[in-house]
Amino acid sequence: MKLTKNNAGRLVPDKINGITQVPYKGIGKHKPKGFKAKPIIRSCADYPSDGNKIVANLKEALIKSGIKDGMTISTHHHFRDGDALTNQLFDTIKELGIKNIRWFPSASFPVHSHLLQYLEDGTIHHIEGSMNGPLGRYTSNGKMKGIGVLRSHGGRYQAVQDGEVHIDIAVIAAPTADEFGNATGDRGNTACGLLGFALVDSEFADRVIVATNNLVPFPCVPWQIQGNNVDFVVKVDNLGDSSKIVSGTTEVTKSPDRLLIAEYIAQFFEDAGLLKDGFSFQAGAGGINLAFAIYLKEMMKNKGIKARFIRGGSTKYLVEMLEEGLTDYILDGQTFDLEGVRSMRENSGHVNTSPFTSYNYHGKGNFAQLVDVAVLGATEVDLNFNANVVTHSDGYLLHGIGGWQNALFSKVTILAVPSFRDRIPVIVDNVTTLVGPSDLIDVIITERGIAINPKRKDLIQATKNSNLPIRKIKDIYDEVIEITGKPEKPNFDLNKPVAIVKWVDGTILDTIFKIRE
Amino acid sequence: MKAIVGKKDKSNRSDCYIELEILDSGGIQLEISSKVEPMFGRQNKEFVNELIKFFEIENAKILIDDYGALPFVLASRFETAFKRIFPNSDKKFLFPFSKHSKTKSNKEKLRRSRLYLPGNSPKLFINAGLHKPDGIILDLEDSVSPSEKDAARILVRNALRTVNFYNSERMVRINQLPLALSDLEEIIPNRVNLILIPKVESEEEIHSIENKINELKKIHSIKDEIYIMPIIESAKGIGNAYSIAKSSQIISSLAIGLEDYTADIGAERTNEGKESFYARSVIVNAAKAAGIQAIDTVFSDVADMEGLMNSVLEAKSLGFEGKGCIHPRQIQVVHRGFAPKPEEIEKAQKIVDAFKEAESKGLGVVSLGNKMIDPPVVKRALKIVNSNW
Repeated sequence: MKLTKNNAGRLVPDKINGITQVPYKGIGKHKPKGFKAKPIIRSCADYPSDGNKIVANLKEALIKSGIKDGMTISTHHHFRDGDALTNQLFDTIKELGIKNIRWFPSASFPVHSHLLQYLEDGTIHHIEGSMNGPLGRYTSNGKMKGIGVLRSHGGRYQAVQDGEVHIDIAVIAAPTADEFGNATGDRGNTACGLLGFALVDSEFADRVIVATNNLVPFPCVPWQIQGNNVDFVVKVDNLGDSSKIVSGTTEVTKSPDRLLIAEYIAQFFEDAGLLKDGFSFQAGAGGINLAFAIYLKEMMKNKGIKARFIRGGSTKYLVEMLEEGLTDYILDGQTFDLEGVRSMRENSGHVNTSPFTSYNYHGKGNFAQLVDVAVLGATEVDLNFNANVVTHSDGYLLHGIGGWQNALFSKVTILAVPSFRDRIPVIVDNVTTLVGPSDLIDVIITERGIAINPKRKDLIQATKNSNLPIRKIKDIYDEVIEITGKPEKPNFDLNKPVAIVKWVDGTILDTIFKIRE
Repeated sequence: MKAIVGKKDKSNRSDCYIELEILDSGGIQLEISSKVEPMFGRQNKEFVNELIKFFEIENAKILIDDYGALPFVLASRFETAFKRIFPNSDKKFLFPFSKHSKTKSNKEKLRRSRLYLPGNSPKLFINAGLHKPDGIILDLEDSVSPSEKDAARILVRNALRTVNFYNSERMVRINQLPLALSDLEEIIPNRVNLILIPKVESEEEIHSIENKINELKKIHSIKDEIYIMPIIESAKGIGNAYSIAKSSQIISSLAIGLEDYTADIGAERTNEGKESFYARSVIVNAAKAAGIQAIDTVFSDVADMEGLMNSVLEAKSLGFEGKGCIHPRQIQVVHRGFAPKPEEIEKAQKIVDAFKEAESKGLGVVSLGNKMIDPPVVKRALKIVNSNW
């Protein structure tokens, strides 16, 4: 393995886990030629003629799927921290004595720290998806056997489509399904919302297993996963706790400083002329974003302005806007609370989207580009407007990318962050890990002031007369360092990459190295 | 000899826990664990060694659990631990004054909002000024438990020297006498603008405080004026309101505290406030008679912004000029409530114009149309026009 500098000036390996890699070339520069990956040919003659694909349990489904050492197995995070299926799945894989699995989740959560034992005993070789919380720490300590790969939701779709990742077995948690394999997440007593993350798996994996705790007679309508793509259906007792989709980053903040940031965001919308009839925005999860949506709603009501669409995850705050006629549509990616799930079921103003429609690099355009303003978070932003969402300044891997990289393609991207957390600066001289290149990051909003990327002369001009505290990012940085002191950089072992960060096109944007003891 | 400062608890964010045990021999055994170890571990260790040297500690076992404490907090906690073992030591680890530690004040400046910060909770200090209250109160009184008075006093002293309060007036609420005198010794030398005195019942108390302030100003060669705001919180205090209000030239404002007052008169505090109408009016009248500001109590339901606005508008209608805040989100509501209405500003401008015209003509009497304008009205108009609302 050799490290080279990519177009963003970051050191990246030429090869990981035995696979040759392409270094990041710049935004929109990498355009693979040829044809997309092809799913295996199946014939309905090989499936039960009565359409009943039920098998006894997960174990039988895995055996019938031909599970063996070294396979790639995928799962999905629509239950977020309430997921129970993935842990059961790997308990079963362990029981079967299978080794060296490449786990390909759409995201991981603290609940998956159960899997540390399987990373330790060789059941799982490495993770491609996200490595959150304890899994991130394990990875950063250099304990994972292979090198981890972090991808955005769009990047996951891209990796399957252009053949970078071939899924052997996909296991899809379905709050409601029929025996044919049609499945949905918007109903059943563990309804959790959309199953869009599993779409690409259902289309491309060699074998597809649907696990459900709510079996309904054919047809399960509406379906989000088509039974025609499904090999086996398994009835399980415990799929997950859907109330935990409201976890971590999906509660409104009570912090006065974060509320101040939220207020600045809403005011920035107005002062920069972004608040106009028919506009669109994306508000992700995270306390600041939810609070901002509340302020924005008041503003829209007072001015009689209506949005054409909002890109969710749906939350009860967005649902209120839909119900009060402040937006025509919510384009849902995932669902962040149960009120969002209910509304999705009942209100035709919800549009089910998937990483294909919203984020995919190998599509003929995607919805994320059509959004007027996206408000996102970050763990670090630097003086050049580069941003990080996967590591903290201590160098430890802690979060996944989610749809963050993909959402940067909106017309105006705002990162809303506290300028420091406890004593740890968020505005830094140079990001620990590059996840979002500065070309796509337009505005940084902190409690200490707002910095606009010098490249966005239009926004600078538009807010010339604003009363908002618009400052140079260096001024905010200096003020923060004066308060916290200048932090030391993490002590990375540059001989030991532990994970790579992919850009949306499949090239390597940055490398995460082992932390020296 | 062993002292413990702080809570050993991860939720003690931006603060730390210290165990200091002075030994007879064995040198220094220092153990620091920190939430921010990779970024600040080395700096923390160097700084603690500087503190050990400053306090001339030679043999000790020191255990520190750091939850992201800034240096001024770490130094405060360390000094508190030291003083708990050596209460008679006069060693003070004083940070140099930061360039932000000087805020100009004057007797009549706007005091619409004053934000109370518990004096022993450093994490709330750093960003308080960003919410732009007219004044920030570092509270040593009710929000600090009796066992932590020493810790808070040192922390507040260090905060006054180092923390940027972004031009909010720098206020401290001291304890009642006699604790007040020890509080003043730490606070007065550290660029405080205004001292709030709780539960005042007589002018004698004001005199004791004023004498102490003057004595300390002399010792520390302090030229800038330091104002006082007595808070009246009892039936007796209301009875003596006017004599208190005019008892000193450095009193800028007279405030009322209703939690204690209503308890004192044996009434329940209601939203409607009939039980305190008399007391509040007495405060307004006493303050205005003494030529100072009348300041209303806090509004304690932080979730009820509509209730807060109504309460501010009511206070304004009674003649109050300020209100206490216990949450930063209340500040802008209070400012909006006290802001003059457009027609008030327009009228004030006319009066000011007439005043200027009379001045330029050398007339002693200001008149607008056929009406004579009295000096207090002119003064009020000037304030409305010249203040940065």
